Amino acid sequence: MKILITATAPALEADVDHRFGRCDYFLIVDTVNLEWIAHPNPGINASGGAGTLAAQFASNQKVEAAISGDFGPNAYNALQAAGIAMYLLGTSRTGREAVEKFKANQLTSVSAPTGQGHHGRR
Amino acid sequence: MIISIASGKGGTGKTTIATSLALSLTAELTPPPLFLDCDVEAPNAHLFLHPRLFEQQDVDLLIPEVDESKCTYCGKCAEVCQYHAIVVLGQKTLVFPQLCHGCGSCTALCPVKAITEIPDRMGVLERGLAKAGITFARGVLDVGEPMAVPVIRQLKKWAVPQAGQVTIRDAPPGTSCPVVETVRGSDYLLLVTEPTPFGLHDLRLAAQVAGELGAPAGVIINRENGPYPEMDEFCGHQQLPVLLRIPFERAIAEGVAQGKTLVEIHPEYTAVFRRMIQQIKDSQS
Repeated sequence: MKILITATAPALEADVDHRFGRCDYFLIVDTVNLEWIAHPNPGINASGGAGTLAAQFASNQKVEAAISGDFGPNAYNALQAAGIAMYLLGTSRTGREAVEKFKANQLTSVSAPTGQGHHGRR
Repeated sequence: MIISIASGKGGTGKTTIATSLALSLTAELTPPPLFLDCDVEAPNAHLFLHPRLFEQQDVDLLIPEVDESKCTYCGKCAEVCQYHAIVVLGQKTLVFPQLCHGCGSCTALCPVKAITEIPDRMGVLERGLAKAGITFARGVLDVGEPMAVPVIRQLKKWAVPQAGQVTIRDAPPGTSCPVVETVRGSDYLLLVTEPTPFGLHDLRLAAQVAGELGAPAGVIINRENGPYPEMDEFCGHQQLPVLLRIPFERAIAEGVAQGKTLVEIHPEYTAVFRRMIQQIKDSQS
């Protein structure tokens, strides 16, 4: 299964990034063999719509789940429409920890936006 | 002649200046000035000029509507949208109206013409007559709408001056897009500041905006309560004339709190504002 994790650097051992639309990197991880690839976030400097752009990216990558610290209303609605399940990073420190917790069903799934959105602000 | 009143920092007295300037010019100008309250997120000039607003017009943004029966999910619309307001997720195309700037790119570039544009209301324009024959118009952004610029742009198009009518535009605070849209096309920019480090910091930013837009500008220092040489040095260095200094005074604060304009609190300011406008006109010719 292919999943997406937001990270602060392009490595599975790197610290996770709790921002979804404004994270530094997206890690695309295969949960079976832990093969991964990192993509710089195309929307990190977007003037707006970073959440929808990130959701578009996740959809294009054909991931089945997205793991991050916060999903605003636009990102949530887009991911929901794309049929991508959302989970919170919780106490996961690195991408690898997040994958392990995900596989062990230890992450909280998201069924509503977790924030008000940022409209270009932090 | 179009004069915009901006500030950078909020609460420096833009509306105090703009309303009193408008009232000062009514007696000597025919027709009396056109006043535009461009602070569409929090318009307040009506509290001082008491207009009777008898005309209204909605401000609509044209946002895309996707015909799912025609859409091939090719993703062109999402690719061309600079605001990420439309996304194509597998077999679904979603529009986020609050992110849309109404540019029309998706509609124009859809290869199967699956997109039409539908009006989405974001605010309202209002026009009427205020004190002393001032033509008054304002925009009011609807609650929850994040974009002020389209409302300001429409306000400028809708409330146009008659031949020879001076326009006074009261700008929003700050130096971002709504201020730029307000100031764009002005003949002169009045920057209202206060002699504090915050006031000076934001005056620097506002002066940069004026420079970028190529608008001649002058400074009004409000609530002056002693020398603040850094501000005068900055203005001197930038060749920004200090056109007016208004003292920090309890009587003014009390009057404004009661909804009075500066020229009603201190009628002698009428002549001061007229001289200031003459000075601006002379500097322009």
